[in-house]
Amino acid sequence: MKKALSFLLLALLLSASLFSFVSCSDSESSTKTLYVYNWGEYISDGSEGTLDVNALFEEWYYKEYGVRVEVNYSTFSSNESLYAKLSSGSVSYDVIVPSDYMIERMIDEDMLSPLNYKNIPNIEHIVPEFYGPDAIYDTYDPDNLYSVPYLYGMIDIIYNTSVVPEDDPAIGSWELMWSDRYKGNILQFNNPRDAFGTAQYYLGLDVNSKNHDDWRLALDKLKAQKNVVQGYVMDEIYNKMENGSAAIAAYYAGDYLAMYEENEDLEFFYPSEGTNLYVDAMCIPKSSENKELAERYINFMLSEEAAIANAEYTYYASPHRLVRENEDYIAYMNEIKEDAYQKMYDTSSVTATSYEKLDDEEQILLNNLWEELKSDIDIGIVIYVICFAILGVLIGGGIFLSVRKKIRNRY
Amino acid sequence: MKILSKFYIGIIFLLLYLPILVLIVFSFNEAGSLAHFSGFSLTWYKELFHDEEALSALRNSLFLAVFSSLIATVIGTFGALGLHRMKNRYLKQPILTATNIPMMNPDIVTGVSMMLLFVALASLLGSKSFFGFGTMLVAHTTFNIPYVLLSVMPRFKQLDPSLSEAAQDLGCTPARAFFKVELPQIVPGIISGLMMSFTLSLDDFVISHFVSSPNFQTLPLYIYNQTAHNVKFSMYALSALIVALILVILLIVNFAGSFGQRKKGEVKK
Repeated sequence: MKKALSFLLLALLLSASLFSFVSCSDSESSTKTLYVYNWGEYISDGSEGTLDVNALFEEWYYKEYGVRVEVNYSTFSSNESLYAKLSSGSVSYDVIVPSDYMIERMIDEDMLSPLNYKNIPNIEHIVPEFYGPDAIYDTYDPDNLYSVPYLYGMIDIIYNTSVVPEDDPAIGSWELMWSDRYKGNILQFNNPRDAFGTAQYYLGLDVNSKNHDDWRLALDKLKAQKNVVQGYVMDEIYNKMENGSAAIAAYYAGDYLAMYEENEDLEFFYPSEGTNLYVDAMCIPKSSENKELAERYINFMLSEEAAIANAEYTYYASPHRLVRENEDYIAYMNEIKEDAYQKMYDTSSVTATSYEKLDDEEQILLNNLWEELKSDIDIGIVIYVICFAILGVLIGGGIFLSVRKKIRNRY
Repeated sequence: MKILSKFYIGIIFLLLYLPILVLIVFSFNEAGSLAHFSGFSLTWYKELFHDEEALSALRNSLFLAVFSSLIATVIGTFGALGLHRMKNRYLKQPILTATNIPMMNPDIVTGVSMMLLFVALASLLGSKSFFGFGTMLVAHTTFNIPYVLLSVMPRFKQLDPSLSEAAQDLGCTPARAFFKVELPQIVPGIISGLMMSFTLSLDDFVISHFVSSPNFQTLPLYIYNQTAHNVKFSMYALSALIVALILVILLIVNFAGSFGQRKKGEVKK
C-alpha cells in the first residue's frame, strides 16, 4: 500500500515535469500564437451576448491567410504594472495597449518597435484629431510612428441629481468639487496625477508644468478641498456613486455610463475650465516575435465590426470615424441614455489637454507633494519611536526571560 | 460573563464571515449591482460557465495548487525526516532557522528574487524566456516547503524512537520500518501540511504576479487585472463557489479526522 502510494507520487512528479515540457513545445507547432496584453475588461469578449473579437480574428485570419492563429489574451490593471512586466524581460508580448504618457516613456526608452503602416490600411478611418499631420491629441507620439489609437476618454464630473439641484451655479465647473454645500459627499482621485490634475485645471494651470510653484499652488488647492472630501478612492467610486453614498466625483467618461445603468439619478459634465483627455493606443513592443501578425491584428481591431463591438462593450469613446458615424452604434448609445452619444462626442466647447510624461524631477516633486497632502499631520517620527519601543521591549523581555531561565537552571 | 463571551464570539464570527456572506448574497443578485437587490437569479453563475477565460484561469489555479502542494509535501516530509535524524545539533538548528526564512520573508521579496533568478537563468542559458507553468510550479513549490516542514517536524519530534528500533530489531529494513511504523504516525502532520500548501498556492497573488506568463494565468491574477474597470459579477459567483468548495473540503477533513480518532480510542479500550 505504502509502496503504491510512493509510486503514485513519483508518477505525479514525472507527469508534472512532462507537462511543463509539453507546454514549452506547444509554441513551436504550426499554430502561431499572438500575445495580446490589454487593460482588464477592455475588449468585447463575447460575454452577455456581445461579439467575441479575438475569436473572430482567429477565424478571419485563417480564412484570409490559411494559418491558424491563437490569440493569447491577458490583462493588466495599470500602466505601471504593464511597464514593470515588460521591462523585467520575463515575458514578451506582441500587442500592448498603454495610455499616452506611458507610450511616450516607452518610446523614450526604446521599448517600442516602429509600425509598418502598410499592414494597417484601416488607419485611414481614425479621425484627424488623433492621427495624421493635423492631430492635436497625439503628443505622446507626434510623428505617428509607434502607435494606433484604440479608445479614448475624458475626465468628467459625475453628480447625483437627487443631491445636487440642476440649477446649482457650480455645475459646469470644477468648483462643484470644492463647494462646502456638499461637504462629505465629494470623492477625489486616489492617484497623484489625476488628483493634482483636477486642481490644476480648476486653477487654469498647465498640467505638465515645469514650474514648481504651480504644483505648490495645486497642492494648496487640494489641501483646501480636504475637509469637504469624503475620501480618496479609485474603483470604490462605482459602488459609492451607484448606491448614493457619495454625490460628486470626477472620473473617466466611459465609466459614467456603466454607473448610470445602475443609478439613473446620475448626470455628468465636462468642466468648462478644461479637462484631461487620455488615449489608449495599440503598440508593438521591441520584443515581439510576430510583428507582421501583430500589425494585422491591429488592423483587424480597426475594422468597422471589431471597433464598434469594442466601443459598445466598453462605453469608451472611439477615435474611429466609421464607429462615430454608425447608425446602430448611435442608437445603442442613446438607448442607454438619450443624450449619451451627443454628450460624449460633442466636445467642441471643452478644451482638453493630455498628460505628458513628467521629467524625473517633477515626478519626484509630485510624489512628495502627494505624500504631504495625504499625511497632513506629521506622525512620521512618532510611529518610528513607538515601533522601536515595542521592538525593544520584546527583545529585552526575551533576553530577560532566557537569562533568568539559564540562571535558574544553574541551581 | 457567559453572555459577554457569547457576545464576543458572535462579534468575531460576524467580522470573519460578513464579507463572505455579502459576496455570496450578491452573487445571486439579478441586477448585477451592490446598490440594490432586485431579485434572486442564477444569471451570474450561467455567465461564469460561459466565461472561457475565467474557467481556464480556474483550471490553471487548481492544477498548479494540486501539483505544487503534492511536490512540496513530498520534499518537505523527507526534509523533515532528514532534519529529525540529524545528529549534529550545531548544524540542525541553523538549518531549521534557515528554512523558516522564506516563510517570514515578505512575498514581494520572494517574488522579485524568483523573477530575477529566472530571467538570469534564461540569459545564462541563452534561451528565450521560459516563464509559464514551469516557473510557477517551481516558485509555488518553494514557498510551500517551509509550511510543510513546519507542520511535519513536530510530529517527528513526538515519535518514540524506540518504536522504529523495535521494528528493526524484529527484522524490518530501515526503509520498511519508516513506511510501516513512522509514516502512519506522522500522516496527520503531512495532511495538514498538504492542505495548508494547497490553499496557500491557490490564493497566492504576489509571487505569481512576478513569475507568471500570458500562457499561464491563475485566478487571482485574472481577478486582480479586472479591477482597472469594474469587477465582473460572475467573479462574485466564482468566489462563492470557491468558498463552498473549501467548506466541503474542510468538513470532509474534519469528519475523516474525528472518525479515525474515535476508532483508535475504541481499540485502546
